[in-house]
Amino acid sequence: MSAEQRVRRPLSADSPARRPLSAGSRVLAPFSRRAARVLERRVYGAYVVLRCADPDGPRPRAGQFYMLAARRWGGGDGERPFLPRAFSVLRSGADHERAFLIEDVGPGTHRLCELQAGEDLLLVGPLGLGFGAPEDARRPLLVGGGVGIAPLAIWQDELGGASALVGFRDAPRAEGARLLADARVATDDGSVGHRGLVTDLLREELDGDAHATVYACGPPAMLESVRVLCAARETPAQLALESGMACGFGACFGCVVPTRRGYIRLCVDGPVVDAAELETAMVAGMGH
Amino acid sequence: MNAHAAATPTELSGIELAHPIINGSGTFDAIAARRVFGDALIGQFPFAAFVSKTVTVAPREGNPPPRLWETPGGLINSIGLPNKGLRRYLAEDLPELAALPVPLIVNVMGFTGDEVVELVSAFSVRDEVAALELNVSCPNVETGLVMGADPGEVTALLRRVRPLTEKPLIVKLTPNATDVVAVARAAQDAGASAVSLINTIRGMALDPRTGHPWLGGTTGGVSGPAVRAVALAQVHAVARGVGIPIVAMGGVQNGRDALDLIMAGATVVAVGTESFRDPAAGTRISRELAALCENSSISRHGTPLNC
Repeated sequence: MSAEQRVRRPLSADSPARRPLSAGSRVLAPFSRRAARVLERRVYGAYVVLRCADPDGPRPRAGQFYMLAARRWGGGDGERPFLPRAFSVLRSGADHERAFLIEDVGPGTHRLCELQAGEDLLLVGPLGLGFGAPEDARRPLLVGGGVGIAPLAIWQDELGGASALVGFRDAPRAEGARLLADARVATDDGSVGHRGLVTDLLREELDGDAHATVYACGPPAMLESVRVLCAARETPAQLALESGMACGFGACFGCVVPTRRGYIRLCVDGPVVDAAELETAMVAGMGH
Repeated sequence: MNAHAAATPTELSGIELAHPIINGSGTFDAIAARRVFGDALIGQFPFAAFVSKTVTVAPREGNPPPRLWETPGGLINSIGLPNKGLRRYLAEDLPELAALPVPLIVNVMGFTGDEVVELVSAFSVRDEVAALELNVSCPNVETGLVMGADPGEVTALLRRVRPLTEKPLIVKLTPNATDVVAVARAAQDAGASAVSLINTIRGMALDPRTGHPWLGGTTGGVSGPAVRAVALAQVHAVARGVGIPIVAMGGVQNGRDALDLIMAGATVVAVGTESFRDPAAGTRISRELAALCENSSISRHGTPLNC
C-alpha cells in the first residue's frame, strides 16, 4: 500500500487483525449527548430503576453501557457530581425504551436516584463492547453481584432465558433479584436464599456441569473469585468490569485495567472482557 | 448573519481554521471515537483542528490506576502520557488522523533535547501535520529542571528545534511555573510561533479510607471549570507579555467562557474536560461563541475580536 493510499484510507473500525479482548460487539452511538425522558421511576428495595425513552438512540447490545447525567448536575456532596456516570443498560424494551439500575452510593448516583418521571436523563451511548454468544453450545450461566446484575437482565432477555445466580448484601438489595427470571439468590446475611457468597452457588453449578459459558458482573472480589473458579475448570467466562470513567468513549484514558496484554481502556476495549485475558479482576480505584 | 455563518474562519500561525474552537491535547482520541461513533464523528467533527495526544519517542504504558479523581467542578487526572511511541504513531495513527476533515496538530514531548530533536525532525517532513505543539511540562532528565518552568530551558530547547522545521511550533506552557510570562517571552524570543496555555495544575487527592494518595501517580493535573479563573488570569498576563498568538484553554464549558479567553487575548480556544461530559461539546461551544460574537456589544464597539 502506498503512502498516499494509507493517508486516504478511512479511519479503521475495530481491527480484525487483532484478536479482541472481548467476544462481544458494539452498536455505534450517536455523536452527541441527548436527553431521554424518564418514563418511570420504580424502587426495588435498595435500588431504583429508571425507565426512559430514547427515540434517537439505537438498540444497544447486552453488556453495553451509557454515560448518564441529569440537567441539574453538581451541588451535591463535595460540590459533586461533575462528570457523568457509567451504567450498563438493564433492559431494552420496545419503542426505544431503556432501563437503568441505580444504587445510591455517592453524589452522582444520589442525583440520578432523585429523578422522577417527566424529567430528563442526559445520556451518551450505547458505549463499549457487550457480551458475546456462548461458545461450543455451552449453556449460558449468569452470575451477578449487587447492582452488577444489570447487564445480566438484558442478556437473559436476549438469550431467551439462562440460569442466573445472584448475590446481595441483605434483603433490601435482594429485591433486585426480581429483575431476573428464576434467579437463585445468595445473601451475605442469609436473610434471603443461600447464606454466603454467590460464588458458592457458582462452584456448586460448575461442579455439577462445567460445560457452560459464564457471564458475570459484580464487585471486583466477586469477579476475581468467578475468574479463578472458571479458570480452574477451563470454563470460559466473560466478565463485565467497572472502572472509574470520565468520558466513556476513549478520550480520557482514565479507566484502564491491566490485562495480559497491558492496560486496556475499559470503555472502548471492554467493559466485557474475556476472563482469560486477565491476571486479576481486582480493578483498582473503585468506590470514589 | 446567522450563528452558523458567524463561525468566522480563524487563522493560527498560517493554519486556516473554520472556527476558533479546537481540542486540548490528550482530551479527545479521534481514533477511539471513530470506533464508538462511526462516520458521524467525521461528518460532525467538533473541532476546527485536531490536536493529538502527546507522542514520545519510546512507547509508554502510562501510570498505574486509579487515574481519575472528581473534584468540585473538575477532575484530577494522572494518566502518564500513554502512547505507542514515535515509530508506531507514524505507521499506525498518523494515516488515520490524516483522514480527519481538519488540520492536524501533533503534540510531542521529549525527556532530553535529543528526543525533542528526533520528534520534531520526524514530523517536520510529514505533510499530514499542520503544526507541532511542544509539551514542555516534563523534567529534562539531563538538568532535572521542568523544561516549561524555566525560561532558560525553553530558550535552549527552541534554539535547537526551531531551525529543524518550517511548521508552526506551538509551546504548551505549564501553569506550574513561577513566572509563566517569562517562559512565554523566552519561547517567543527563541522563535515559537504560538503558545498554548494552560496545561493542568498539579493537584492531589487522598483515599478517604486509607489516607494514602488516591492516584496511581501520586499527584495529577486538575482541569475543568475549577481552573477557569486561573486560566483567564494567565492568558491575560501572557497576552500582555508576548505578541505571538495564544491558544487558550482551561475549564471552557460554553461560548461565554471561550469569549472571555478571546477577550483576554486568545486567538484560538481549546476545549478539554467538557468533551468528557459531551463528546460534541466543541460544536456547541463554537456555535454559542459565534452567536455571542454576533450579538456582542463589545464587538460592535470596535474592540478587536477574533471570533
